[in-house]
Amino acid sequence: MTAPATPGVPEPHGAGEGSGPGRPGRDGAGHGETGASGTGRHRPSALELDRRAFRKKQGYRSVAVSMASTLVFATVVVLVLRNTPGWPRVADSFFDLEAARRSFPLVLQGLWLNVRVLAVASVGVLLLALVIATLRTLRGPLFFPLRALAAAYTDLFRGMPLIIVLYLVGFGIPGLRLFPRMDAAFWGTLALVLVYSAYVSEVFRAGIEAVHPSQRLAARGLGLSHGQTMRRVVLPQAMRKVTPALMNDFVAMQKDVGLISVLGAVDAVRAAQIETSRYYDFTPYVVAGLLFVLLALPVIRLTDWYSARLRAREQMGSVV
Amino acid sequence: MADPVLELRDVWCAFGDHEVLRGIDLTVQRHEVVALIGASGSGKSTLLRTANLLEHVDDGQIFLSGQDITDPRVDGDAVRARIGTVFQSYNLFPHLSVLDNVTLAARVVHRRPRAEAEEHGRQLLASIGLAAKADAYPDTLSGGQQQRVAIVRAIATDPELLLLDEITSALDPELVGEVLDLVRSLKASGSTILMATHEMAFARDVADRVVFLDAGRVLEEGPARELLSSPREPRTREFLARVLAP
Ligand SMILES: Nc1ncnc2c1ncn2[C@@H]1O[C@H](COP(=O)(O)OP(=O)(O)OP(=O)(O)O)[C@@H](O)[C@H]1O
Ligand SMILES: [Mg+2]
Repeated sequence: MTAPATPGVPEPHGAGEGSGPGRPGRDGAGHGETGASGTGRHRPSALELDRRAFRKKQGYRSVAVSMASTLVFATVVVLVLRNTPGWPRVADSFFDLEAARRSFPLVLQGLWLNVRVLAVASVGVLLLALVIATLRTLRGPLFFPLRALAAAYTDLFRGMPLIIVLYLVGFGIPGLRLFPRMDAAFWGTLALVLVYSAYVSEVFRAGIEAVHPSQRLAARGLGLSHGQTMRRVVLPQAMRKVTPALMNDFVAMQKDVGLISVLGAVDAVRAAQIETSRYYDFTPYVVAGLLFVLLALPVIRLTDWYSARLRAREQMGSVV
Repeated sequence: MADPVLELRDVWCAFGDHEVLRGIDLTVQRHEVVALIGASGSGKSTLLRTANLLEHVDDGQIFLSGQDITDPRVDGDAVRARIGTVFQSYNLFPHLSVLDNVTLAARVVHRRPRAEAEEHGRQLLASIGLAAKADAYPDTLSGGQQQRVAIVRAIATDPELLLLDEITSALDPELVGEVLDLVRSLKASGSTILMATHEMAFARDVADRVVFLDAGRVLEEGPARELLSSPREPRTREFLARVLAP
């Protein structure tokens, strides 16, 4: 809908926009082109066609080279592995196809719990982190306690290892008998939200501070209140700036959801553990690990693609 | 005749020990265009920012259409909603389309229905020849186009007063003309404008009155042609000689 400027089409106003008459080499008047648009498209010269052909050939060559080198590299790795003294035993207890097939359904079922925890935790992290980041940007003496609390929170939970938070939340809070009984996945989710919100709120805060002060000034100059300026002008821009960092944190959390298994929740890791101890074979761990990688891969690719696009846009030269 | 839109009485503003405005008296009548000139650092931008309460005032009073806006009980947001401001560096919102930039204040501050605000916004964009860019994003516009959009954004809610702070100094010379033409047409339509400018020819051409600011004081003021061609004060003469030198 929001069509970007079509290059080459002069705007209607056109006051001295540099589209003077008789641009050299571009007047399609007497040429055989019957283009309906009237603005005959430039036809590449023989030189340019040559260059394009050359680049294409180079492209094929580099694909061939990279394929060959990958093949050689993989062969070397396989050969080295197979010739290590312990290989037969490792292959047997880590890469047992039969064990993989047997454990797959349970591990996959466990992964479904991880996915659900991840979904809930992500939403929780976004909300809590946004609240904390906003608290930290509040000015004025009235908000001092809130600001201090938010700062203490980020210090505490960025410093503490996730596994300790899991134990404290998962075994400590239920011990208070203040809340109704909840299952392990619930406390695991809570611990994840607490820890990751501390990181993500710092990401948000950096994003908010990266929005140029002149943007705030312009918004206030239009009569927008502090809150309206935040919501309409600052936060949308901050979000865009920090999206790649957020996606990275999401990938990190994606694998850390496996840690809820320490509380006894039967997720992919726990399921793999059960299968492993049943048959004295570590293959289920490999299965679970690969499944986690498969889960993360789309987001990792998306993050790379989005960061590259953002960089390209910024290099094009954006506004202040 | 006397119907002041903006009136500053003995306005002071300091940053730490640095007194930037030192007792400014200044009046802008309705439909009048006043140009602020003065050396870099003389306090022009600061004066404009105090006029819409984006800068603190240490002493004195500022009246907007008779209301003392330096009264601490006055709502600054409401005051700014009545004033249009344009900055040197356009400051369009990069995440919003051109049309959304123009209609933001109408929708959010003045709570006009979107359809109504957009119709008005498109009319304004058409009047500056940028109707086709309504749905484009600011970074696809030239500097001159961006600054014209910024001006249209400032007038979209029919402000009582327009504050323009060196709106052409970030532009390539060939783009300055289109922006100045827009200011001329605003004057013709009866806008009240207070503008800081380095374009002396433009000030002579468009301003009714010129105010020369020197080290935080109004050193000299008068009808534009008169002041610019025969300044009384030696410092004004010195300044003009410097900026008008080829
Ligand atoms: N927020 C601030 N904190 C401290 N000093 C400031 C601040 N804003 C402005 N000043 C100082 O006030 C003085 C006047 O600045 P101001 O921007 O008003 O000048 P100006 O006349 O607009 O100059 P220019 O023509 O370069 O835009 C300068 O010495 C500047 O350093
Ligand atoms: Mg200035």
